[in-house]
Amino acid sequence: MTATTTTGAAAASPAGGASQRSALAWGAGIAAFFAVLPVVLSSYQVSVATEVLIFALLAMSIDVLAGYAGRTSLGHGALFGASTYVVLYWTAVLGGSPWAGLAIGIVAATVLSAVFALFCTRVSGVYFLLLTLALGMIVWGVCLRWTSVTGGENGIRGVGRPEAIADPLVFYYTVLVVVMALTWVLWRFVRSPFGLTLRGVRDSESRMRSLGYNVQLHMFLAFTVSGFFAGVAGALYALFNNFVSPSTVQLSQSVEGLLMAIIGGVGTLAGSFIGAAAIITLENVVSEYTARWPMVLGLMFVLAMIFAPEGVIGAVRRLFARSKT
Amino acid sequence: MQRRDFLKKTGLGVSAAAAAFSVPRLALGQSGPIRIGLMAPLSGVVAAGGREIVEGFNLYWEQNGNSAGGRKVEVLVEDDAGNPDTALQKARRLVEQEKVNFLFGNLLANTGLAVASYVKGNGVPYFIPVIAADDLTQRDRVPNVIRVAGYTASQMPRPLADWALKQGYRRIATISQDYTFGHEQCGGFAQVFSEGGGTIVNQFWNPLNTADFSPYLGQLASAKIDAVFAMELGADANRFMQQYANFGLKGQLPLLGAQNFTDQSVIRTMGPECEDIVSSAHFAEGSDNPATRKFVEAYSKKYGKMPSLYGFSHYSGAMWIHHAIDAVKGDVESRDAFLDAVRKVVLTDSPLGRPVRLDEYGNPIYDIFIRKVVKNAEGKYWNVPIETYESVSQFWTYDPAEYLKQPPYSRTFQGIRKS
Repeated sequence: MTATTTTGAAAASPAGGASQRSALAWGAGIAAFFAVLPVVLSSYQVSVATEVLIFALLAMSIDVLAGYAGRTSLGHGALFGASTYVVLYWTAVLGGSPWAGLAIGIVAATVLSAVFALFCTRVSGVYFLLLTLALGMIVWGVCLRWTSVTGGENGIRGVGRPEAIADPLVFYYTVLVVVMALTWVLWRFVRSPFGLTLRGVRDSESRMRSLGYNVQLHMFLAFTVSGFFAGVAGALYALFNNFVSPSTVQLSQSVEGLLMAIIGGVGTLAGSFIGAAAIITLENVVSEYTARWPMVLGLMFVLAMIFAPEGVIGAVRRLFARSKT
Repeated sequence: MQRRDFLKKTGLGVSAAAAAFSVPRLALGQSGPIRIGLMAPLSGVVAAGGREIVEGFNLYWEQNGNSAGGRKVEVLVEDDAGNPDTALQKARRLVEQEKVNFLFGNLLANTGLAVASYVKGNGVPYFIPVIAADDLTQRDRVPNVIRVAGYTASQMPRPLADWALKQGYRRIATISQDYTFGHEQCGGFAQVFSEGGGTIVNQFWNPLNTADFSPYLGQLASAKIDAVFAMELGADANRFMQQYANFGLKGQLPLLGAQNFTDQSVIRTMGPECEDIVSSAHFAEGSDNPATRKFVEAYSKKYGKMPSLYGFSHYSGAMWIHHAIDAVKGDVESRDAFLDAVRKVVLTDSPLGRPVRLDEYGNPIYDIFIRKVVKNAEGKYWNVPIETYESVSQFWTYDPAEYLKQPPYSRTFQGIRKS
């Protein structure tokens, strides 16, 4: 098994040379762009940009499964929100330290995602979608009904960010550093032999199985790892929003994360930034002009699916490929 | 090729994103118009109520020339989608980008609580005519969050419980939507009723958006009770009344309702199944008070329907703020003085036709009507007052300090005295 993975990685690397540089370019471009962004933005827009980064991380965690393992999850909003709940419960209700709260929140989301993974590794395709949806709904139901702990519909109000990152600009850069570092980790993860195996599973599960790969174990680990990243995003969101209610774990949160990944381009990671930026910015801009903003968003999704089914990055790539010939 | 590609791609990315982010901004001076950020759920499940919030609020400013204290008034409407996270985001946008002088509105308690926690940090005044969560004017007060022309959830049903005792009802079962607003309204009723010697025989909690009430109705029918107290709003209220009549309980078992149960927003489209239901509230669109008549006629003329509690509350809320702005001569930028003026307003010219003021905890004291749904001359159903409880505060007859020692109402704590 070790031998197979090594050859697999070696076989991929010559072709991966160009794409590696291109990916690094994307990464550097995104980091540089977000680093200079606060210079031209008002304080409110910086908070929107912070949200974009947090949701980009959520979208990437979904992209790991959707783009690289071929499993579309509708349960990541729940993992994300579970982490938010735990952080705020720890800091606001139990009065614990926010730093410990972050760690506990992330661990909680990871454990929860391992539990999800136990169920979800057995299925693929539409069954995977439905199962993650159902598991996510359970989390939502618990948050809604377990009033004594979660505050029910009223949610939990936080106590604010720790002093060191209380300033919105400092917080923005903190989030930027964390998200970019994790983007790099994710990028290494999907390009590792493990990540290549996931792609193998995506392309032909039966072939990977007959080659001797333990598909279920791979999927279990991939799901858990992906849940960890969703958990980090959720913990950051707790610091950002300072408030959590069942709407943070509800289905639309998962759908939004997935849409971000799709709009940007699944299986690209960088696309998640574009998707998150596009959706969150549109929500903010369009709602200034009309109360029918959900309709405008819907229309945009439809158009995107017709004209850029492989996402923004895919469309840009296609454009460049065409101009070269 | 690599470098050029890189430049092209990043250049494209940067310019696209920059274009997306460059939102037009307005330059504002201190002497310019007073900017009010009004948030209401214009999409989502409570969108109908949200629209009435905007209608009531706008109607007032239209009637008053969109100005107050010598300054023009600009209302910026934002959709909170009935979602606390969206509400929070919109509140941030209105305050940080649009630089509004204060925030107004929201319908669902969870959206209001989210915004309240945000303004707690930055001191922006926030006025909440229909956010009824008890603790916002009780245990978790925020100095810059004021319930102008609003009410606490448990305040309104208490007179109804007293009235029910006077009718000789001794055994009552309650059915209520299973969330905080329901727990609090039901708690107010259950506590007063049981302390007055009545028995709360059973309490049913239905999830929001219950399509079929038959399991509850069956139990109510066989519970050997004198009356039912129902706390439902929106489509649930509509369905409950329909099914109550379909099951033949109507006319057999008296039905009492919380204020939103028979609100215009619910009974507007209903037939005889809503007739004779008794509820309690500070506003009754069927009151013959001249001030109320005038308001109801103006609203009906403008929007082609009678005002609901949402529209009325925001109309009165706008009036309340107008008086306060006049009192500080338009200087809403001096927040402390402005908030002080808001707290001191005694509203004499509201559609209620009776003076309204805030108690020490920032919640209005009202004359509360016991109302009955009857058909008016035009064949439409409306709420007509049949009895008045004067000067009812959020603490009913309790001593505030004593009262605040008991836990907030919840599904498990309803303040019921065991006899």
